[in-house]
Amino acid sequence: MNIGILALQGDYIEHVEIARKALQAKNISGEVVTVKDKSSLKSIDAIIIPGGESTVIGRLLEKTNMIEDLRETIAGGLPTLGTCAGAILMAKKVRDKVVGETRQPILGVMSIGVLRNAFGRQRESFEMDLDIRGYGRVRAAFIRAPAIVELWGRAEELSGFDYSEIGRVTAVAVEGSMIASIFHPEITGETLLHEILIDMVKR
Amino acid sequence: MGWLSRTSYLEALSRLFYDMAELSDSMGLKRQPPCPLGSCGTVRVKTGLPSMLVGGVIMDVTSVEQAEIAEDAGAVGVMVLDKLPYDIRRSGGVARMADVKAIEEVMNAITIPVSAKCRIGHYMEALLLERVGVDLIDESEVLTPVDEAHHVNKWIFKVPFVNGARDLPEALRRISEGASMIRTKGEAGTGNVAEAVRHMKALNNDVKALASRRSDEEFLRDYARSAKVSYELVKLVADLGRLPVVNFAAGGIATPADAALMMWLGSDGVFVGSGIFKSGDARVRAEAIVLATSKWDDPEAVLEAQRMVSEKSAMLGIDIKTLKPEELLQVRGV
Repeated sequence: MNIGILALQGDYIEHVEIARKALQAKNISGEVVTVKDKSSLKSIDAIIIPGGESTVIGRLLEKTNMIEDLRETIAGGLPTLGTCAGAILMAKKVRDKVVGETRQPILGVMSIGVLRNAFGRQRESFEMDLDIRGYGRVRAAFIRAPAIVELWGRAEELSGFDYSEIGRVTAVAVEGSMIASIFHPEITGETLLHEILIDMVKR
Repeated sequence: MGWLSRTSYLEALSRLFYDMAELSDSMGLKRQPPCPLGSCGTVRVKTGLPSMLVGGVIMDVTSVEQAEIAEDAGAVGVMVLDKLPYDIRRSGGVARMADVKAIEEVMNAITIPVSAKCRIGHYMEALLLERVGVDLIDESEVLTPVDEAHHVNKWIFKVPFVNGARDLPEALRRISEGASMIRTKGEAGTGNVAEAVRHMKALNNDVKALASRRSDEEFLRDYARSAKVSYELVKLVADLGRLPVVNFAAGGIATPADAALMMWLGSDGVFVGSGIFKSGDARVRAEAIVLATSKWDDPEAVLEAQRMVSEKSAMLGIDIKTLKPEELLQVRGV
């Protein structure tokens, strides 16, 4: 099994480490490879879009002529995990808490609406324990995190909580073979979401 | 040893220093910003932000207009300044923290992280920047230091700090004080990347020496003693084979090729100061440097980036050999 990590910008090094751990935990032989151009999209069984700045990753996807191919590959069923910036790029609807409408390029493959910088700035960034329905508890790090505030169609909430200013926040959403997380399991060393992704490949 | 395991050591270090710092926090201020949910400003959250910036470019800006150009060009963050380092160098006088209003205006205009500089050792400027809500504080030698002998104790802040370093001992001293990110000092405002190269290579050489002798306790202890840091921190670097925090290049980067060179030397990303907004082609140069930083390992992409800019438009730059010793910024706060 080949797991690709989109490595144009962001915390892809952490994802490489966690994806390897998840493969070990599942006792599956596989490779974890970094993806920086569209030719590598053909040889992977799953892709992870890391945390980082969604505006930057989106522009680099355009600049490297990858954005169309990646969108089609994911829409065509390639199992995909997006964390934080990754979730923003996967969402069909994106707004920012401070500036409102954003002009950023996105993949727009998942039936979710996200609010960028929903919890405030870096000093409000936090970590806490979070229940993932049917799987158990993880330690979750929210770093200048977005919030998933809307789900429609086949998108379902796997984890969520109430937040005073925003109301209901979905932390993890799944739709078909796509997982979007607003927190960073790769920063706290949690392999659970990566294991769910591996299960989607096996299916 | 894995990259992720670094945080448990940094957490232990944080607990040790945080307790001491709390005891000695003579200001006795109700200084903790509010935390609506969970635990804010933990070591993982503070070192996590720089991880999100990896492979990106942080650009110096002096206005909302420049900040918007930077965001549109794909900057991973901006650094709000009163004057660009090149102008600080030319104008002389005391260089201080930027106007609070200017920082707030930029924060309200763009969605990417906003950083600002405080003077070395200026606890109060750092506190104000935290209150304003900047995402990353640069305790910078580009501004005039207020304490030649001590840096700010960064453990007690909820916001991450980045510090400059010329070599590994300097970087480790800053990490001991709580820096969540390191950058080379280079020689800011010169448009000459030579010093950044020198600093990155000095750091790399020491890391390699430590890694190759990581079982040689005596060597590591001697190194720790001469660097004036703990043995455990030196051992961590030896085991990781790299710095335990994200390490950017800064100081004199002016072209896409400069940025790619620093990435090739092992930088996790780059800061560009005067190089963009002191050039004649800021918008396209900013885009080109972003592309070259991300795709540094693809010569075709770096060539494409370099083709976007014109050497005629690059900032002229200053040969470091023509600077008097007292004009060097890198010797401040070691």
